[in-house]
Amino acid sequence: MSASRTIITRRAFAGGAALLGLMRSARAQGFAGLSEDADGFAQVLPGKDFVFPADHGPHPDFRIEWWYVTANLTDVAGNAYGLQWTLFRQAARPGPQGEGFANQQLWMAHAAATRADSHRTAEKFARGGVGQAGVVDKPFQAWIDDWQMAGSDRTDDASLAPIEIAASASNFAYALSLEADRPVVLQGDHGYSRKSEHGQASYYYSQPFYRARGHLSFDDHSVEVSGSAWLDREWSSQPLASDQSGWDWFALHFASGEKLMLYRMRQRSGNYTSGTWIGADGRARPLGPDGIVMTPTQTVEIGSHKLPVSWRVDIPALSIGLATTPLNPRSWMATSVPYWEGPISFTGSHQGVGYLELTGY
Amino acid sequence: MRRVLWILAVLLSHWRRHPMQLATLLIGLISATALWSGVQALNQQARQSYDRAAAIFGGARTPMLVARDGKAFPQALFAELRRAGWPVSPVVEGRVQIDGHSARLLGIEPISLPVEVGNAPTLGRTDLEAFLTAPGQTLVAPETLADLELKQGDTPRLSNDATLPPLKLQPQLAPGVLVVDIGAAQQLLGKSDQISRLLVGNSHGPRKPLQQVAGDRLMQVEPDAETDLERLTDSFHLNLTAFGLLSFVVGLFIVNSAVGLAFEQRLPMLRTLRACGVSARQLNTVLVAELVVLALAAGLAGLVCGYVIAAALLPNVAASLRGLYGAQVPGELSLQPEWWLAGLVISIIGALAAAATSLIKALRLPILSSAQAYAWQDAQRRWLKLQSALALAFFAVAALLLWLGQSLLAGFGVLAALMLGAALLLPSILEFALRLGERGARQALVQWFWADGRQQISGLSLALMALLLALAVNVGVSTMVETFNRTFLVWLDGRLAADIYVSAADEAQARAIQSWLRARPEVEAVLPGGRAETQLAGAPVDVLGLPDHATYRDHWPLLQSAPDAWKRLVPGDAGFISEQLSRRLNLSVGDYIDIPAPGGDWDVEIVGIYADYGNPKGQIAVNVAALTRRFPATPLTRMAVRTDPANVPTLIAALSNQFGLDGRNVVDQASIKRESKQIFNRTFAVTGALNAFTLGVAGVALLTSLLTLANARLPQLAPLWAIGLTRRRLALIELLKTLSVAAITALLALPLGLVVAWCLIAIVNVKAFGWRLPFDVFPLHLIRLLIVALLAAVAASLLPVLRLARMQPADLVRVFTIER
Amino acid sequence: MHVSLAICRDAKWQLVVLSVRNLFKTYRSAGEPISVLRGVDLDVASGERVALTGESGSGKSTLLHLIAGLDAADSGDIKLEGASIGALDDAERAALRRERLGLVFQQFNLVPSLSVSDNLSFQARLAGRHDPAWHAELVERLGLAAVLQRYPEQLSGGQQQRVAIGRALAVKPLLLLADEPTGNLDETTADEVMTLTGDLVRRTGCGFLMVTHSMRLSAMLDRQVTLHAGRVA
Repeated sequence: MSASRTIITRRAFAGGAALLGLMRSARAQGFAGLSEDADGFAQVLPGKDFVFPADHGPHPDFRIEWWYVTANLTDVAGNAYGLQWTLFRQAARPGPQGEGFANQQLWMAHAAATRADSHRTAEKFARGGVGQAGVVDKPFQAWIDDWQMAGSDRTDDASLAPIEIAASASNFAYALSLEADRPVVLQGDHGYSRKSEHGQASYYYSQPFYRARGHLSFDDHSVEVSGSAWLDREWSSQPLASDQSGWDWFALHFASGEKLMLYRMRQRSGNYTSGTWIGADGRARPLGPDGIVMTPTQTVEIGSHKLPVSWRVDIPALSIGLATTPLNPRSWMATSVPYWEGPISFTGSHQGVGYLELTGY
Repeated sequence: MRRVLWILAVLLSHWRRHPMQLATLLIGLISATALWSGVQALNQQARQSYDRAAAIFGGARTPMLVARDGKAFPQALFAELRRAGWPVSPVVEGRVQIDGHSARLLGIEPISLPVEVGNAPTLGRTDLEAFLTAPGQTLVAPETLADLELKQGDTPRLSNDATLPPLKLQPQLAPGVLVVDIGAAQQLLGKSDQISRLLVGNSHGPRKPLQQVAGDRLMQVEPDAETDLERLTDSFHLNLTAFGLLSFVVGLFIVNSAVGLAFEQRLPMLRTLRACGVSARQLNTVLVAELVVLALAAGLAGLVCGYVIAAALLPNVAASLRGLYGAQVPGELSLQPEWWLAGLVISIIGALAAAATSLIKALRLPILSSAQAYAWQDAQRRWLKLQSALALAFFAVAALLLWLGQSLLAGFGVLAALMLGAALLLPSILEFALRLGERGARQALVQWFWADGRQQISGLSLALMALLLALAVNVGVSTMVETFNRTFLVWLDGRLAADIYVSAADEAQARAIQSWLRARPEVEAVLPGGRAETQLAGAPVDVLGLPDHATYRDHWPLLQSAPDAWKRLVPGDAGFISEQLSRRLNLSVGDYIDIPAPGGDWDVEIVGIYADYGNPKGQIAVNVAALTRRFPATPLTRMAVRTDPANVPTLIAALSNQFGLDGRNVVDQASIKRESKQIFNRTFAVTGALNAFTLGVAGVALLTSLLTLANARLPQLAPLWAIGLTRRRLALIELLKTLSVAAITALLALPLGLVVAWCLIAIVNVKAFGWRLPFDVFPLHLIRLLIVALLAAVAASLLPVLRLARMQPADLVRVFTIER
Repeated sequence: MHVSLAICRDAKWQLVVLSVRNLFKTYRSAGEPISVLRGVDLDVASGERVALTGESGSGKSTLLHLIAGLDAADSGDIKLEGASIGALDDAERAALRRERLGLVFQQFNLVPSLSVSDNLSFQARLAGRHDPAWHAELVERLGLAAVLQRYPEQLSGGQQQRVAIGRALAVKPLLLLADEPTGNLDETTADEVMTLTGDLVRRTGCGFLMVTHSMRLSAMLDRQVTLHAGRVA
């Protein structure tokens, strides 16, 4: 559940450094905003039947929603890279959808490209209703300006593949083709993903089996890359409890073909931990709060933020014991809502690569 | 430190004993600073307003995409361009009516608005939330709020019954503009899903070619380096600046003479200080410090005066800027701290510059040279030679600028060089004139009269130079103003030949009004007209449609024309152009121009050039039928009506009743003339006021110079008293002498003034406004000025002369008893 | 000038305050070099009153100006209390003048815009050693009490010169230099001023070197030195 994210759009309005805080919750550490009331918005309840392609599209009655792709890539020389493509939707108010510029949906996007010695980020904002940004379920298309994640007539509804993603900024750009031969995986209890003991939850599904191929450029230097990618789809109206300050989230590709998703919601009284073990065949097995031990082993300081970028992960029931290392410890997303998100690799009982996200630090 | 303070106290003690000198110095500095900073305040205020106007969400400072036909276009193009990589932000614009006031309504999209749109209003983050979410906000300048007699939070109703979002004060906003979110603006203006233009940000990234995204619908308009307003009003501000500078220079003349005199008088004191153990460096440091202290004090007083002057002139300046250029300048002065600082700095720099020669002398002061009066004649002769050489150099510069210069600045350069040269030459000319008088004199007293006058020149020369400059500028400006007035009135009579001017709301109403008017017996003729806008050489140009009617043929003032010019207008392949346009594009009768028209370029032969005073835009006049053929969309809503002047009031009343027209839509000829004249009178009122200030400063310079000279002249006068001239007679001789010197100066100022007038009319006006006036001389004016100059001289010399006349004999005797 | 009065009174133990050795000075006038001083030697002891005489143009005033540091010699040495002034820069010479020398000129050189009182304390204040008691004593001895608040132009010539002498002595200088101090005064007034000056010099114990062309006045001093053709005759 890649993170985030109250859409706290930040925007230099008319040449100033003014912030656009569309929610009362706009704070410097804006993730806390996710714990606000969901008054008037649709509620996340267990027992939903997921229907595709409709659920690939937006759910405007819920307050927030995201389409979140991360990819672990290598070039022919074996150098590792990571990239991120994310589109966030947030409704400024509940109720019927406004027409044109009166539409209440606000869109924000983040893009990032990482290698061992560099981490580049960019963000975009847009208002809904006029076509500058949006998501369509069939043929699948999610976009903001010229950044997009686009399917075609060939795109299969069950696997949401093949699709193309592309983004460009002043000092980096990428374009990838993603393919998959297994359907999307419902997280948690058939797509109902608990975030605390108090009922906070989201609808959450993933496509962790993307095979990625394309090119990535830093400044004007382009390289051919290939590897694995992971899509997270999540929507909710109130995913965080009031005492939760942020989370640590893992998406891991095992070299042996299995996938593992883990998260730890940090709260005042004991953290809430959860995860999903996904077999190479695509079968998912939810992991309860008790069987997962996540321990930070190393922190870096970026500005005033102290970030645990290396971890020890133990799941005794699955005989898993991993030590994770970031590709670039300074994978800081210096966006209007700042957080850490970057590619990692792990060794131990198993080995592989993945993505780590740290919010609320 | 205590030593330094003591030295300063000793230096300052001089002023306590010579308060008049201190007053002169301070008055000089104060008037220099006051006029300079006053003019700067006016310019700053105006420029600030232009910036505000220009910066309204990308006014003219940002590249834009607009529809080729200038109309609104679907907002879908916005999303398409964004998806093609274009960093564009939509704006929708229109006019709304609130309670009879018309305002510009601007709808912006703050989220995509480019960061570099400039010094536009900045909203805080909570403000932005309020701006975007219902009920939203209407940003408004304080002036607009005051005009509408509304307060923050009000939700005024528009003429179309829509309601504006709550008003929110935004001080940086230009007056007359209402800013709302684009979604709200579309609703208020009835332009759902429409946008007026797209602002283009400057982020660099791959963009698809515009053609590929929008086809032929949109075109990109590049930003102007400076706004239209700035360009148009540059000349006006240059005018003000020139006057400010002139006053500053005149003020510095006074300072220079006061400091120079004080320095001469303090030479023995400085030597004593050195002899008693003050090092040269210490002495100079303290001299500079003394000057800076005085300059600061005078600078502060000058700034206050400058503020008062600016505040007094601002309403006129604002009115003429509005009338001439349509520039909205608020009538209330708001000044930045930089202005105060700059004023103090200019005061100090001015004081140091004016005192430079004295300070350098102090730096080189030999302790031992005796403090005796030096041979004034030799020194004066050397000075005169140097000054004359400098004067010739200035004349050479003026000639060079006249020859090579093209710009308005060069025009003012010619003026400045001429005047400085003339001022520097003045003492030599005076010396020459007085020497002639001396040679021609037979009687001893008369001879002494001239010789003594000659000796006084060095002391008075600066004040006389100031007088010369002030008078010359006065002659020049009043000649120009008078010329303009006369020409303008004649021209106005020709241009406004019809009796009533009507502007209908739309063509249907126009047709109704026409038929109604034609049915009235007292109406002699109804002359429909139209006006289209186009661009020539990158500047906006109006195309005026004139009906083929005797009213125009007989009255319309043509400066140049081809034979049968009016007849040739009728087929539609010929036109007249305004003088401004002809000068700007270097066009004359017989040339051809291509007027960009909707149906393709329109090739028109120029068969006449007409004066179009006061219009910053270029203009082309063609036959009205031809105009509607070439510009089919031109609304023919304007018409001129000929009738007997006696019928005008009743006809206007009837028209207003019948069609619901108000004062903006139907105007009689007399009112237009009155308004036009008012605008020009206001423009020249500012010039006139500054003119008067300058003359006043020159008068003060003369007065203070005479006062300071009065004491020094006792040794020259006492012997005459001793050999039997009465004090009254002496005083009279002194008065006569001052008057004759002033009269010679004033006589010299007349030809110089006429040269100034010629420069203003033939160079400055042409460059600044694009029109040239005939050059006339007004002898009565000149005589009046001569009298004013002499009166000023009398007034200035009255006090010292009265003092002389009433002086106690004992004071005169002292000249002989006290060794000085 | 802190030479104690005890030593001053004992003529055998006088201290040499000024010592001039082999001084040369040449001026250029209209291109022609004029040798004014050609090897002058001169000593003045504390408490000693020396008259410097000689015909016009013999270099009396020039010598005085050189001693006062108002001008620089071509060669030779001037020592004040054993320290040479030849090597001093403008600021140091200025300090020397205000703290250790008193100067009196023929034209009284008062500051016209300062009151008599301020003129009197003028140099002492510059030197930072204004002493109210000494000031008061000077006022009394010079007989200026009635005119303290007047300005120089309101005084007679004798009064003005008394103010100038008071100004010079107010710093209690090491050496008082005077250039024809009575040149502008009538004989009676001149004698009166001279007597006063002599008394005050004795009171402060400073050296006193006075340029004069009056034999009568020079006779009133302790020692007479005559300059002739640029040397001490």
